[in-house]
Amino acid sequence: MAHRKPKVLAVSSGGGHWIQLQKLIPAFSDCTVMWATVDASYQAQLNRPEERFFVLPDATRWNKLALAHLLFKITLLIIRQQPDVIITTGAAPGYFALVIGRLLRKKTCWIDSIANAEEMSLSGKKAGKWASLWITQWEDVASEQGPSYFGSVLSNLLVTTRSGHTDSAPATRREAEQIQT
Amino acid sequence: MIFVTVGMQMPFDRLCQAIDQWAGESGRDDVFMQIGATDWRPSHVPFTTKVAPDEFNARISEADLLVMHAGIGSIVSAVECGKPILVMPRRMKFRETRNDHQVATANRLSGMESIQVAMDEDELILKLKQFKAVTQPDPIEAHAAPELIERIRSFIHQ
Repeated sequence: MAHRKPKVLAVSSGGGHWIQLQKLIPAFSDCTVMWATVDASYQAQLNRPEERFFVLPDATRWNKLALAHLLFKITLLIIRQQPDVIITTGAAPGYFALVIGRLLRKKTCWIDSIANAEEMSLSGKKAGKWASLWITQWEDVASEQGPSYFGSVLSNLLVTTRSGHTDSAPATRREAEQIQT
Repeated sequence: MIFVTVGMQMPFDRLCQAIDQWAGESGRDDVFMQIGATDWRPSHVPFTTKVAPDEFNARISEADLLVMHAGIGSIVSAVECGKPILVMPRRMKFRETRNDHQVATANRLSGMESIQVAMDEDELILKLKQFKAVTQPDPIEAHAAPELIERIRSFIHQ
């Protein structure tokens, strides 16, 4: 079989989820990337015109009709585009994409938002059984049964390791550097 | 110029009302607020409910201080523009958010020199009064941990 680049669908809702998703771009080298998020204006900001960009309806878990619309759109998107891998930083669009993706035997990766420092988000907990790779950005939230921890997408802004957790330890990496120097 | 922003999803009247009252009392006329989808209206401060990403970035650029909820998106935007930030977390008990994750975020942020954290309105106003626009912090482009990038890359290609 001829080698071809893996097709990655990177999907998230807006705001902080979207900002975190973009921090994963270095992991997408040698891939064909497709983006799916909830705001059309993000395409210009992303500035990767060679990559496909899909706009999804915005929905939170309180609006059942919007959620059904979102689920439909995501299912259609995955069936039409046939990504090999689906990667998300949450929330609702990412959760649906993982469920549908897993049912269609795609590789799926959930990266829980860095906003959830003390426990996994609600969607993140539920995503566990649908994610082939299930990640938290906080070492204290990780466990042997999952989710796993490999650092955060804001590694130079926040210390998310266990050592950053105690009162006596430096609260930030910058503070840690100051102590070292 | 002080730019106040509470994100696009839910209102955060407790923060905005405190700022509005402070601006009225102190006569500050260089404040602009993005207040979210709320019925409440400020009396002393020009405002908008939502801002588009372009306008958001423009308002951040022209501000000397940003006052915001402890949302990751807002904080990263501010840090990457090199602006000092005063952050106040939303609280579950006032129904400002679904859980107290912003308190956890705020706690992990304290310690960065360009980020001040206020846990309530009183502390917010106190820190506003104490704020001095000294040199602006350097912009910091946030990036992911190399181990995380490597794990996802190998996952994609495995």
